[in-house]
Amino acid sequence: MQETQINLEKIDEYRWRIPKTGAMRVPGVIYADDKLLADIRKDKSLQQVANVATLPGILKYSLAMPDIHWGYGFCIGGVAATDVDAGGVISPGGVGFDINCGLRLVRSNLNANDIKPRIKDLVYALFNTVPAGVGSEGKIRVSADEEKNILVKGAAWAIAKGYGIKEDLEFTEEKGSMQGADPSRVSERAYERGKRQSGTLGSGNHFIEVQAVDQIYDEKTAETFGINKIGAITIMIHSGSRGFGYQVCDEYSRSMIGTLSKYNISVPDRQLACAPVKSIEGQAYVGAMACAANYAWNNRQCLMYLVREVFEKFFGRSFKDLGMDLVYDVAHNIAKFEKYNIDGKEKLLCVHRKGATRAFGPGHPDLPPRYKDAGQPVIIPGDMGRQSFLLAGTKKAEETFFSTCHGAGRVLSRTAAISACRGRSISKELAEKGIVVMATGRGTLAEEAPEAYKDVTQVVGVVHGAGISKLVCRMKPLGVVKG
Amino acid sequence: MKRYEQIPHTADIAIKAYGKDLKELFFNAAYGMFDIIADLSNLNKSVSIDVNLEAPCREELLVSWLDELLYNFYTKGIIFFEFDIVDLADTRIMAHAHGRLVGENRNRLKTEIKAATYHDLKIEEGEDGYTVQIVFDV
Repeated sequence: MQETQINLEKIDEYRWRIPKTGAMRVPGVIYADDKLLADIRKDKSLQQVANVATLPGILKYSLAMPDIHWGYGFCIGGVAATDVDAGGVISPGGVGFDINCGLRLVRSNLNANDIKPRIKDLVYALFNTVPAGVGSEGKIRVSADEEKNILVKGAAWAIAKGYGIKEDLEFTEEKGSMQGADPSRVSERAYERGKRQSGTLGSGNHFIEVQAVDQIYDEKTAETFGINKIGAITIMIHSGSRGFGYQVCDEYSRSMIGTLSKYNISVPDRQLACAPVKSIEGQAYVGAMACAANYAWNNRQCLMYLVREVFEKFFGRSFKDLGMDLVYDVAHNIAKFEKYNIDGKEKLLCVHRKGATRAFGPGHPDLPPRYKDAGQPVIIPGDMGRQSFLLAGTKKAEETFFSTCHGAGRVLSRTAAISACRGRSISKELAEKGIVVMATGRGTLAEEAPEAYKDVTQVVGVVHGAGISKLVCRMKPLGVVKG
Repeated sequence: MKRYEQIPHTADIAIKAYGKDLKELFFNAAYGMFDIIADLSNLNKSVSIDVNLEAPCREELLVSWLDELLYNFYTKGIIFFEFDIVDLADTRIMAHAHGRLVGENRNRLKTEIKAATYHDLKIEEGEDGYTVQIVFDV
């Protein structure tokens, strides 16, 4: 892959600027260190950061997080905020195909010693209970009317049906239901694609991981988040809106290409197709996106329900007894409407986070009361061979519209990963490290091999160093179910 | 002439498809996509669908064609691998796509392709025929 010729200016140890040139309306700002930057320069991500800076209504800068990599239109790991009342746009490419792909972290009273001797059986039980894999279909079947309820109520629908408790909603972004969802903005095709996939894990980089905390960096915050000892067992669930979200993104990306000239917008890349938030087309997408987001929150709520059920059967105790509370659920492919003070004026911004996680700091009004002083939990998965992290949002994160990284980011293409893994058994290598993995897809394990990803430690090191998130604890994988 | 080959791409999957004419290009692009989704060896066709699409230009038509096949894969559970392209112009396609139900072939599934993207999408015409590079979101 060619080295990119974009000019970069160093701002400080963790930030770099792409100066405003040509059609850029604002500069670009990349959060990275020298080492990560060397990798970043190898693909077209910097050019994409510059391209995003041309979007109408974009404010301050086009941002990139340290796990940035080349995507379509927007790079993965990009953040862009547009001024809603000044013709600012919304772009489906800035949200991604997997609308509300995200994570939830569940804590427990279990310890590594309770799990390790039986980890194989536990992973097996999860693998057999949670529907996963290419085009997987769920056990929860609903009528067309009921589907519309899911799209409006999101995780609240699942709770009402008994797939969880009210408290779960408090610890989910948007309380698991984004306002403004409009089922009439969703096509028949999206309904068809979403119908049988509620409560399914999906494939690719989706997973359920049983983890043990092995380092605590901030005891007070960890305690607030419900994690108070080394060896504590946590469960991480990574999934999104499945076929439903993909269909919505596909359809709206295409229709917005057709209306660009109506709003006199020209974009350097088709996949940056967009429309003013306040336009008919923009509002239609918002209505559909919120439906997809709610679909995903319902999905993760159902997956958590299935996981709790497995643990209940496995340990012979209720999930409440096992202390399996939801720490938090974060979205990392979404556009949110948030208020910020820009040059002394309060403005409503459309914040696109594509492969980036929200990170509200202490005192933010949208935090659950219990987390008011701690800040918002930020869940960052690594690859399956190494570690994942829990961080907290900070007041300083306001400089990135309260956004931070989302994960490790890939370094090897899937073909290169499969090549590198030829003749090796990834599951065996992981087993030698004490990690049990079960996957459905034949290609999946090699493609998702640890070396295909950046070292997430480096990535979180940058956001911690830059002060936009602070490290709370580290978790090591014990068992993984991959789609 | 080979049908297609996979090319490196960091986050997703990209292929380069070939065809001596546009029909063959569309055939091989679709074949390549399903070859990545599933193991197609020794599969005999048993189901078919009709495809009738229009689009403003060739590239958008190609994406529509591929996404239509994906949609049918996900909702009807059909793995496609043979295509009778009856009529193909820059802005429309009429075809019959043949394949087999996933059903008992679930263990053949390899990779979940979510959608065909417009990333760097350009149908190129040369002396030997047509080529196109397509990035799939996985």
